Amino acid sequence: MKVVDQSSFQKSIIYLDSVTVDYDGFKALNNLTFMVDYKELRVVIGPNGAGKTTLLDVICGKTKPASGRVVFGQDKELVGKQADEIVKLGIGRKFQAPSIYGNLTVWENLDLSLKRKSKGVFPTLLGKSTGEERARIAENLETVGLKDYAHTRAGSLSHGQKQWLEIGMVILLEPSLLLVDEPVAGMTDKETEQTGRLLQSLAEHRAIVVIEHDMDFVRQIARIVTVLHEGTVICEGTVETVQADERVREIYLGRQKVAH
Amino acid sequence: MTASRESESLAPGCGGLAFWVVGFILLVAMPLLNILPPEDSWLHLSDFSLNRFGKFLAFAILALGLDLIWGYTGILSLGQGVFFGLGAYCMGMHMMLTIGKESVYGSDLPDFMVWNQVKELPLFWKPFYSFPVAVIGAILVPMLFALVFGFFAFRSRIKGVYFAIITQALALAAWLVFNRNDTNLGGTNGLTDFKQVLGYRLSEPDTQRALYVLTVLCLGGAYLLCRWIIRTRAGRVLVAVRDSEQRVTFSGYTPANYKLFVFVVAAALAGLAGMLYAPQVGIITPAQIGVLPSLEMVIWVAVGGRGSLAGAVLGAVSVNYGRSILTNYFPELWPFILGGLFVAVVLLFPDGLIGIMRKVKERIGTGKAAAPSQGKREGG
Repeated sequence: MKVVDQSSFQKSIIYLDSVTVDYDGFKALNNLTFMVDYKELRVVIGPNGAGKTTLLDVICGKTKPASGRVVFGQDKELVGKQADEIVKLGIGRKFQAPSIYGNLTVWENLDLSLKRKSKGVFPTLLGKSTGEERARIAENLETVGLKDYAHTRAGSLSHGQKQWLEIGMVILLEPSLLLVDEPVAGMTDKETEQTGRLLQSLAEHRAIVVIEHDMDFVRQIARIVTVLHEGTVICEGTVETVQADERVREIYLGRQKVAH
Repeated sequence: MTASRESESLAPGCGGLAFWVVGFILLVAMPLLNILPPEDSWLHLSDFSLNRFGKFLAFAILALGLDLIWGYTGILSLGQGVFFGLGAYCMGMHMMLTIGKESVYGSDLPDFMVWNQVKELPLFWKPFYSFPVAVIGAILVPMLFALVFGFFAFRSRIKGVYFAIITQALALAAWLVFNRNDTNLGGTNGLTDFKQVLGYRLSEPDTQRALYVLTVLCLGGAYLLCRWIIRTRAGRVLVAVRDSEQRVTFSGYTPANYKLFVFVVAAALAGLAGMLYAPQVGIITPAQIGVLPSLEMVIWVAVGGRGSLAGAVLGAVSVNYGRSILTNYFPELWPFILGGLFVAVVLLFPDGLIGIMRKVKERIGTGKAAAPSQGKREGG
């Protein structure tokens, strides 16, 4: 039983306390306790079915846990809140498959994501873009490397560009916690490296939780790695610590042997 | 950095010039061709043709709303006929009450009530003595109905094919209710035998011409309203809901509210269409509001080109024109032609007539060189 240190709880931006998610008897998360500090870049790894995506689903309100607490910042309970409320609190989610608006231009995709006072129907119907908003979108295009594609239909971007676009969209929500699910799956080596640099620069201003399979990529970006297995954390530490851990080797390498 | 917000990525072919040219033809040229040339001239447009065209344009108003919800937002509603019917019946009730002593039985009550031995005018008929109530009701009743129905449907996250099915069930239910004599809306025979509206005789060509002009104006207004909506940021949220509802939710929007909004707007336009239809056609029966007519409405938009407002108008007019011609010659073949048309559009021309026109334009624009279809929309 892991004892939670109260002082580190105070510093954490997200704190999951004994969270269990039950899919008809299958425990996707099993009494999981997980914590990320402000402005930390955390990588979560684990074999298929370990509960990595479920972990993000619980934080962003997509999945309701059967038990446990999810605390954002000092005291904001997330369990029971709707997805759009959680977005407004400052948690942004990048999905595994690029989810962008294929029939809108890159600029329009970003414009819709931009954080605004109200995203209700009538304010959105009557709202006008301000110069400041346009400047922020332009700056964002630069950050994610899509400056030359502002007026391209997003559906015709390459896979890697779509992933960057979605990251750009999520950043415009100004989240203090960014959840990123397997950003480099299907990317070329060069794109993977660029994505790594992008995430590292984004981590200067916000906490990021990245789920990843690609160990080269993990080595490139990771400071602290959390290993999930069967819905619980089995190991946490630097890449070296984790790789040296006997249980991690067993789970991971054992699985890989089967795969070969 | 120049970033125009007015991106036309979704609405090519809806240029300003085309709007004014088409507007001029419909609003000025067609009525003039009806009035000026002598009746034996080849230029003459008969009263019948103008009136029939007015009916098509009323359908086009409905098609615009259906295109907003289906073409732009990706929600297939198979119940637009219900909203059309509510609009048409509201207007029809008013016109029934203005028949007065001219009716067959010479009673103040509508003929079908005398026939059904209803002694007193049902309470819900009474407000429809007033013309303003009928006009406002024709738009407001469908809106309120859509608001309540949509609220529960979208809040329960009913989407995709499930939404299509429950709206079809709604169409069937409405058809059954309107068919009953107990509903006091004329049963199977519906409302008919209208004589006048605001004191103008409906049998007069002048009245029908005025109704035609009014329909053109309403269509123009509906078109501008829809075009304004799709060009606002909320309009792009609608497209975003179609492309990735999950991303919309996780960008801080509540998709259900946007769906409800567009569903209610579409219902208002359907009601307006019904209101204009009733006096021009002179009859409204349950047969015009059930499952089949609602399906046909979807085919208008599919044939014209979903996701294009001009396409919706073009589809409504051309399919109905085709129907009107073909049912003259092969009445029993029409359902097969309509079905075949739908299959052909889905398989061969997913962007409908507007898509074909766009392709032709592209070919001409790029000469004989193979045109790169970069701006092609993804279906679905």
